[in-house]
Amino acid sequence: MRASTRPLMFRILLIGPAALAICIFMVIPLMLMAWISIQGRDYSGGVIWGQFSFDAYTRLFFERELDGTIALNLSYFKIILRSIWLSALTMTISLIVGFPVALFMATRSQRWRAVLIFMVTLPFWTNLLVRNYAWILLLRDHGTINNTLLWLGVISEPLPLLHTQLAVAIGLTYSFMPFMVLPIYSSLEKIDFRLVEASFDLYASRWHTLKRVIFPLAVPGMVAGCILVFVPSLGSYVTPELLGGGKTLMIGNLIGLQFGAARNWPFGAALGLFLLLLVMIALTSYARSYRTNAQVGK
Amino acid sequence: MSLPGFKKPYKGDARHWPGLFIATGCFFAYVYLPIIILIILSFNENRTVTVWTGFSLDWYAMAFENRDIIRAATNSLIIASIASISATILATLAATRMATDKFKGKTAFNAMIALPITVPEIVPAVATLMFFASLGFTLGLGTVIIGHTIFCIPFAYLPIRARLEGMDPRMAEAAADLYANPIRAFYRVTLPQILPGILSGLILAFIISLDDFVTTFFLGGAGSTTLPIYIFGLVRTGVTPEVNAICSLMLLLSLVLVSLSLFLGREQSR
Amino acid sequence: MSNQYKRKTIKLLATTALILGGFAGSASAEGELRLYNWSNYFAPALIEKFEKETGTKITVDNYASEDDLLAKLQAGGGGYDVIFPGTTTLGIMVDKGMLAKIDVSQMENFKNLLPAFTSIAGDEKREYSAPYMWGTTGFTYDPAMVPGGKLEESWKEIFEPQEELKGKIAMLNEMSDVWNAAAYYTGIDKCTEDPAEAQKILDVLMAQKPFVKLYSNDGTIDRMVAGEVPVHMQWNGAAHRVKAKKADVVYVYPKEGTTFWTDVIAVPKDAPNMEAAKVFVNWMMSPEVAAEASNYTGYSNAVNGSGAFLKEDLKADPAVNTPAEYDERLRAFKACSPASKDLREKVWTKLKS
Repeated sequence: MRASTRPLMFRILLIGPAALAICIFMVIPLMLMAWISIQGRDYSGGVIWGQFSFDAYTRLFFERELDGTIALNLSYFKIILRSIWLSALTMTISLIVGFPVALFMATRSQRWRAVLIFMVTLPFWTNLLVRNYAWILLLRDHGTINNTLLWLGVISEPLPLLHTQLAVAIGLTYSFMPFMVLPIYSSLEKIDFRLVEASFDLYASRWHTLKRVIFPLAVPGMVAGCILVFVPSLGSYVTPELLGGGKTLMIGNLIGLQFGAARNWPFGAALGLFLLLLVMIALTSYARSYRTNAQVGK
Repeated sequence: MSLPGFKKPYKGDARHWPGLFIATGCFFAYVYLPIIILIILSFNENRTVTVWTGFSLDWYAMAFENRDIIRAATNSLIIASIASISATILATLAATRMATDKFKGKTAFNAMIALPITVPEIVPAVATLMFFASLGFTLGLGTVIIGHTIFCIPFAYLPIRARLEGMDPRMAEAAADLYANPIRAFYRVTLPQILPGILSGLILAFIISLDDFVTTFFLGGAGSTTLPIYIFGLVRTGVTPEVNAICSLMLLLSLVLVSLSLFLGREQSR
Repeated sequence: MSNQYKRKTIKLLATTALILGGFAGSASAEGELRLYNWSNYFAPALIEKFEKETGTKITVDNYASEDDLLAKLQAGGGGYDVIFPGTTTLGIMVDKGMLAKIDVSQMENFKNLLPAFTSIAGDEKREYSAPYMWGTTGFTYDPAMVPGGKLEESWKEIFEPQEELKGKIAMLNEMSDVWNAAAYYTGIDKCTEDPAEAQKILDVLMAQKPFVKLYSNDGTIDRMVAGEVPVHMQWNGAAHRVKAKKADVVYVYPKEGTTFWTDVIAVPKDAPNMEAAKVFVNWMMSPEVAAEASNYTGYSNAVNGSGAFLKEDLKADPAVNTPAEYDERLRAFKACSPASKDLREKVWTKLKS
């Protein structure tokens, strides 16, 4: 075939531009970030090139007090733990809420499925800021929820809902829920529900059927969903900024702060690298479990 | 039906388990109620309190008269247009080869192209900020467009790739035999077939760029205030009906675009 | 050597991409002036006026704190022609050579300035900056929302709030204002170089933190008008604008000391449109323009003869026109030593992390 006489040239010409673009503006910056994390800090923002320092890493646990002494300080570490905890919470809530929805969708007729998928995906494509802002309207002191509760006489003073960890968890769940529902749906979709009926005859209880038949088949989707919710939650910036009110910081905000008010690029770079590492761990463990699952499937 | 024994398997039918319907209903209420309340409140005439007092379009009128908003919207459109078109061109070129060729490093390239969607956005955003700052670039519209182009690539790439893989490879071979020139073969045979995929990818990339906050925030400089950046500033200043109106408009824009993209995607699967 | 070569190659490739993108480095159009300012701190009417008079188009981007302004400029976020920093930030920017020497003292309208403003700490010869607005930092409260309808004229109400106000205090998110207030309250010199004293200030702020509803510079006006918080640490001009909508709100000049501050107009050293920027700075020192700026922001300006164009309610408001009996409470800006600034920054970082 003539078209493939010069395949290499075409390959370079066609794939090259995209590869080059991502390489220059994504891969190299990430490598630069790793390099900057071990450079000296320029207090005015930026780095002192060529001056090596591991301050950015020790800073995670130790801190120089105002009088110059070094003391154990776990406040940054606590922010990281809080991020992991909030992301895990988000993941769990999404799983508990998302599973029945996915099951409901998978048991509808073809036409309904298409409509439901559309309805689940739609909000994802709307602006993240706007979606979070909508929750500010609901959660603030004179917001819809507090006003309704006051009107009903359930409470006499507005509950402090906004700017709390709860608000952040609600916002994160709200933002990333479709990522949980869709993968579970796609693994449930393949189930032959006659199997379920058969199992019902055998086990005679819904709970057993769910546990013995549906859950095992849904596991790959649940794992994928958990990863897809956990990873973006962990790195979220906007939600804690808006719903946490700058008081419930997560890693993403801590990173952002180093490039704003705190002016500590090496520390920001080290945190970025750390976040990258966490994500990679999550993804590889997913890839591994996916492989084992695929083998079991065979 | 009154067949004996019918009831038992019927109860086992997962389609009719109780609770599923209620759970799903609650889920959709959770997903859509906040948005609906936002839209309703944007028509509220009352200025400071989130209590309904009457219908008004004033806030929309104010939004359209505000020159800062107009400018932010213009910036958003400029950035989203350039970034999504560049990303789609890069993605289309790469996808045409990636779908057919087998070569060393293909997996590596696939991983690389997916990088912008696997890594939390804040990390590449600050990494690129340091990159531009180290090279002495002036932050502004140009740097924002580059940042957007990069994270738009996978969003444009995936639908095109999917479309190409659904294509009959014999078509391309026949085309190669018919047209001496591979560029013409691509232009006449492959392109018309994958066009819906390209358009769908283009629109998705456009929406993603239009909605972006984090990358724009860190890579932005003079004259790169986009709608999300502007809205973020407003939201921080507090809850006002103007913000409700602008947010509702933003919501509407995304909804129209995504419906269009999904419609094109449906067309392509027919 | 090879490192440098690599850097050059990358830069070359990146530049090519920029040009291919159709946007060379600075995308600034001819005849455009880019302002970088606080939100709600520049009168839209003045933009139109300037555009009409000079034909130069003005665009405004906003920052949320002076930290953000500094960070953006240091990360190469240039491209701005005119910025509006406070005195502290002005000092840092002059030290670091971030500003253009525009010789304000040689400008035509310089003669209009009130004598007190012809020199400023950090830019004594007025080479880099012209005064924009000046004001005070105290706090406001809504009598209807505080116990007894009256608060003491003391920072105590903010730093050690009464039981009913705990968790409802809104603070400014500005390092120098918060630091100064805490310093006045503890009776410590705001330019202290003693870590132990800085620790005391930090202790006060950390003890207060749980009672703070939020730290924010934006939306202080809406927040008070909507009654979202009963007490807000606030700048006097914002207080004036609150009172315009909610007349019985009180602005307090705390007795321990009330910061008296000045914001300036300056030009970054790599401003794309330097000539227009100079024209703008000079223009801002004319009485009518300065008055218009004050009428919008609610703060006082430093231009002689602007009084004739000021709105009456501005002149009548004790929040803006400080009554003589409070004069002794006002504390002027002091240029602190680097050691002191460093302590202040560390305290702020600790508070915010």
